[in-house]
Formats: sequence, C-alpha cells, structure tokens
Amino acid sequence: MLRNAWLIPLIPAVSFFVILAFGKRLPGKGAEIGIAAVGLSFVLSAVTALQWLNLHEPRHPVARHLTWFEMGGVEVGAGIHVDGLTVMMLLVVTFISLMVHVYSIGYMHGDRRYTFFFAALSLFTASMLTLVVADNTLQLLVGWELVGMCSFLLIGHWWEEEANSSAAIKAFLTTRTGDIGLMLGIITLFFAADRTFDIETINRLALENEMSHGIVLVGAALLFCGVIGKSAQFPLHVWLPDAMAGPTPVSALIHAATMVVAGVYLVARMYGVFWEGFSIHDGGINAVALIGGITVLIAAALAFVQDDVKKVLAYSTISQLGYMVMALGVGAWTAGVFHLFTHAFFKALLFLGSGSLIHAVHSNNMSEMGGMRKSMPTTFWTFMVGSAALAGIPPLAGFWSKDEIINGASHGYELFMIVGLVGAAMTAAYMTRTCWLIFAGEYRGHAHPHESPRSMAVPLQILGVLSLVVGLLGTWVVGEKYRFSNWVHFHVEGAEEFLEHHSFNMSLAVISVAVALTGIALAAAYYQRTALRGLTQRNGLARTGYTVLVNKYYLDDLYIDGIVRTIQYPIAKAAYWVNQKVIDGVVNGVGIGAKRTARVVYDVVDQKGIDGLVNGAGWSAEEGGSVLRRTQTGRVQQYAAVLFGASALIALGLVILT
Amino acid sequence: MYLNQFLLLAAVLFSLGVYGVLARKNGVLVLMSIELMLNAVNINLVAFGAFRDTVAGQVFALFVIAIAAAEVGVGLAIILLIFRNRASIDIDHLDSMKG
Repeated sequence: MLRNAWLIPLIPAVSFFVILAFGKRLPGKGAEIGIAAVGLSFVLSAVTALQWLNLHEPRHPVARHLTWFEMGGVEVGAGIHVDGLTVMMLLVVTFISLMVHVYSIGYMHGDRRYTFFFAALSLFTASMLTLVVADNTLQLLVGWELVGMCSFLLIGHWWEEEANSSAAIKAFLTTRTGDIGLMLGIITLFFAADRTFDIETINRLALENEMSHGIVLVGAALLFCGVIGKSAQFPLHVWLPDAMAGPTPVSALIHAATMVVAGVYLVARMYGVFWEGFSIHDGGINAVALIGGITVLIAAALAFVQDDVKKVLAYSTISQLGYMVMALGVGAWTAGVFHLFTHAFFKALLFLGSGSLIHAVHSNNMSEMGGMRKSMPTTFWTFMVGSAALAGIPPLAGFWSKDEIINGASHGYELFMIVGLVGAAMTAAYMTRTCWLIFAGEYRGHAHPHESPRSMAVPLQILGVLSLVVGLLGTWVVGEKYRFSNWVHFHVEGAEEFLEHHSFNMSLAVISVAVALTGIALAAAYYQRTALRGLTQRNGLARTGYTVLVNKYYLDDLYIDGIVRTIQYPIAKAAYWVNQKVIDGVVNGVGIGAKRTARVVYDVVDQKGIDGLVNGAGWSAEEGGSVLRRTQTGRVQQYAAVLFGASALIALGLVILT
Repeated sequence: MYLNQFLLLAAVLFSLGVYGVLARKNGVLVLMSIELMLNAVNINLVAFGAFRDTVAGQVFALFVIAIAAAEVGVGLAIILLIFRNRASIDIDHLDSMKG
C-alpha cells in the first residue's frame, strides 16, 4: 500500500461525484457512499501505517511520480511522497472524517441539502488527502485551495441566513490573503531551487545551503503568510470563530481537526526551508515562534469571554494551533506534529460534543445550557474527557504533547517555554469555565434536552477512548518501535539529520500539571465563590480587559474601519476631488483643443483625404468585381477546366525547372 | 517488372477521365469520369507499390476505393435531387451560381 497510497485520496474523490450523481436516489441519501468511501480510505491508511511501521530502519520515504507534461525543461506532474508525517496525517484525516461522517447522519438528519453536505465532506476529505500525499508544491497548492473551497461551501451550508454566507466569504477572503503569500513563496522557491517543484529537493537544497540565505528567507516568509491564513494565526485568525456558522460536524472536521492544521503541516513538510530561512537553530526569536506564541496567548484570553460554546472551542483551536506553530518555531518538530496528532482527536471530540449539546438545546449559547450532566450523561463524560485532555491533565492525550512542546522550548527558547506554561494555565481555566457553565447548576434554557441518537453518541465514545490513550504513543508505555518520535520524524534524503528530540522531562511535567491545576482551581473558585463573581462589572481594570476581549482586541474593527474604510472613504474622497478638479480641468482643456483641431482635421483630412481614399477603394472594388464576375459563370465544368489547366501549367513549370 | 506500361495505362485512363469531366453534359457520366480518374490513381499507387516492393501503395489504393465509394454516393444523391427539381441532369443548365 505504501506505493499505492494515491488510492487513498482517489476513493473519496470518486465518491464525491457518485454522491452528486446518484446520492438523492439512494435509500441513505448518499450518506452510505460517503461513509463507505471514507471507511475504505481509513482501512487503506491503517494498512499503509502498519506497513510503514514494519519497514526496516532507517525507513526511507516511498515516492512515486507521474509526469503530466514537460515544458521548457520544467516537469509538471502529480505524485505521492509517503513518510511518517504523511502516514500520520492520512490516519488522522481519514479517521476523524469517518467519525464526522457517521456523526453527521444523526446531526444533519432531515437537512434540505443532506446529500450535498455528504458530497462536500467527501470532496473535502479527498482534497485534504491530496494535500497530504503531495510530493511537489504545485499539487500541494491544488489540495490547499480545494480544502479552502470546501470550507467555504460548508461554512455557508445554511446560506439562507445572511450571517452564514458572509462568514463563508470572510473565511474565504481572509485565507486567500495569506494564500497570495503561499503562491508567491512557491514561485520563489521554484526558481531558487533551479526550477523544480519537488518538496524533497527544495528541502535538501535549503538544508545544504545551496540556495542563498536571503532567498530562502523570502520564500519561507511568503510560505508562512499562507500558514498564518490557513492555520488562523495572529493576525489573520479572525475568520475561524466566524467559521463556526457552519454545521457543527464541519467545525469538528474542518475547523478543528484537519483543514486548519494544513498550515502546520506545510511548515512541518517544508521544514528545511523554514529551518534555514528563519534560522531556527540559532535560538533567537524568530517569526514562526513569535507568531505562534502570540497566538497562543491572545486566543486563549479571548476564549474566556465567549458565550457561544463553539466560539470558545474555536478560540481554543486557534490557541492550540499557536502551540503547534510555536513548537515548530523553536525546533521541536516532533512535539509540534505530535500535538497536531493528539489535538485532532480531543478537539474533534469537543466539537462533536458541543454539537450534541446544541442538538439537544437548540442554542449555541452556554447561558441557555446548564445542568446538562443529568440529561446527557454520554455527552457529559466524553466532553469532560476532551476538556481534561485539552487542559493537559495526565495521562490524557493533550498532556503528553503539550509537555513535549514546553520541554522542546526549554532548550534555548526559555521565553516560549513560559508562554507555553501560561497558555496551559489559561487553557485549563477557560475549559473549566466552559464545563462549569454547561454542566453545573440548573438548566437555564427552554427546550427539553435529551441524549443524542446512537449515530452521534458512538463517535463521541470512540473519540473519548482515543483521547484517553493516543497520548501514550509518545511515551515509554508503547514499545520503542511504535513510539511516535520513532516513526514520525523529519528526514530529507541526502541531508544530514539536524533535529534533536527531547523526550519526557519529569520536573517540567510536574510544573505544567501544577500550572494546569492552578488554572482549573482559579476558574472553579471564580464560579464557586460569589464574592468574586461580577468582578468585571465592579472593578475598572477587569471591566476594561473584559471589554477589549469581547471586542476581540478590536481587530475586526481595525480590519473594517482601519483598512477597508480607509481605502473606501478618504481615498474615494481624494479620488473624487482629483477627478473633479484636476482630471476634469485637463479633460475639458483637452476637449476644447481637440474640438478645434478636429474641425480642421474634419474639413481637410477627413472630407477630402480619407473620404477620397475610402470612396476610391469602394469604386475600385466595384470595378474590379464587375470585371472578375465574368469569370464566375456558375458552370462547374469551366471551373474544372481552369483547375486542370492550372495544374497542368504548374506541372509543366516543375518539369522545365527541374 | 515493367513500370512504364502501367503508368501509360494510368495516364490514358486519367486523360479519358479529365475529358469526360470537362466535356460530358450528363451528370452521371461526369461522376463516372471522376471514377475513371480515381482508378487511374489507384493503378499508379499499386504499380509504384509493387515496383518499390511495399504494401503501402495497396493500402492507399484501398483507402481511395473507400473514399470513392462515399464520394459517388454523395454525388448520385445530389444528381437525384437535381433531377427531381429540374427534370433534367444536363449540367450545362446548372448555372444558378452565376456571378
């Protein structure tokens, strides 16, 4: 299967067309095709992963390439590049997608575009898998843009409400802003790497210093623009919370577990370029780590003030993506990728859990929930597992990966270690707040909450169990052969190994657990002690902070008032003034001059010269025609005689000449 | 193997065909004359093919025969329609395209 990994994206791609064509006529309205296709892809991915594990060490990436066309020595084609990172991503994407497909049967039941929803999910899965297996930047870009398009389609799934369609447009345009950088980066690296799109070659050339540092820096910075857009990093993170307008399964699949990690995946895949470009090995502050670190903190802070449960999770996702980017920025490659892996499970779990809640109470707002523990036990337990995993409580998934990141940062990047610890405390605190608001106390809404159907509960349970255990893959609990850092590591054929992996560090782990527990305790205290409640109303400083957070640091306002309006109003005004005074004056002056000149030109040149020419041309054509029309007798035999005569003359001429 | 006899035969046939096309009044006979010219070409193709010891000439001749069949089908259909319209197939009178 390693060599035939191209089948994995192909199956859902075919399923997309089949669902579109036949979905509506089938008993399951197309859902069964989507589930079968993604299920098959998942099985094949699992087989691929097993084969990868059983390869002899050191494992070499399996590559296959098909040339589409060659032009001027530039080869364009599609191919697969299977290594540990690819295998891991294949597993995550197909598995989460399968869970979301099953869950959607219950969640989307009775939706008016049910069939199209499943078709779009299939297309999304296919695009993401295309991106993951890509061996060249061009194919990667194709997958990248396709997932963006699917995200647009699915955020605006209920486009009848204007808020949803504008959220879709916002998401699309914001990510496109970054994508311009990505495209320019691909072009830069194409020329820098002597006209090749091959990722392996680009990485190798970058690592061997075959390209000048300046151009690698430019390429890496441009690629990073794409990452900032797609992975919702500061300052382009604004689209992700709005993307929650889409159906919850979509939020789980696209806006938490898979699509948004495409940016992180790009950094991980082209790490040679980022490593050299941003001089990550030097241990100073670099753009990747800095953006990641800022994102961790600002998004975590925003998660405190949201009432919409999905928005809390959206900011939490942004914050966790910040962790991954920060990890890659401090050289902790395996830690960042491992966090991507574990995060996919527990974040999908949390989103599906929130979907289950929304399904029950018909509202996204936590102020209309409360006391859900009694009415929805399965959702309660799985949501608690997901929250604990996110908060980093050992031995759940998030603990191990977050700890690896903090540990990685502690080797030369102490500032980012502190950022990681503060972020961990904030994460624990806002998840405590969320769980408290949803599950504790009395029910505050007006619906009749009930446990969700089996098709929704079963994926929750499966993901819950996995969120408990997947973190252990990174530890000594599993054998050396199956350890995550052993089968997923960054390796470029021909270049020497440059990354070191820092495994578990007990003292740091104790600190991070203590920090997380402090966060939980503080949040719990805030909600348990009535004395602290209402602090945001009474204390001026707290109120200011609250207002800033509710307004999302005024970033949206900055973008609309600061950028869009600036362009629209003053520039439009200035343009109007220039138009009225300067351009009109010039135009009028030119007009009067032109009118006078034109009169002269009309009388002399036009009437006499040109008209004479035109009439002459017409007259000569008419005369010529009346002569030539005599040759057009309409008799075929005369034409044939001319034809034969002419051929005979030409033949004669040839004979004489040669 | 004498090539010249075949070429002469073909030249004679072709000239007969040209004469027929240019001089006959009857549309059907014009078509038949075209067939004569095509068959002169066929003879040339086959003769040169045999002379140069390749089958290409025969293959081309087969193509020409197939095309000729199609051509004569279309031609006869046109002549049939002309006859229906004018009750005559004298092509001297067919000069409605006169300029």
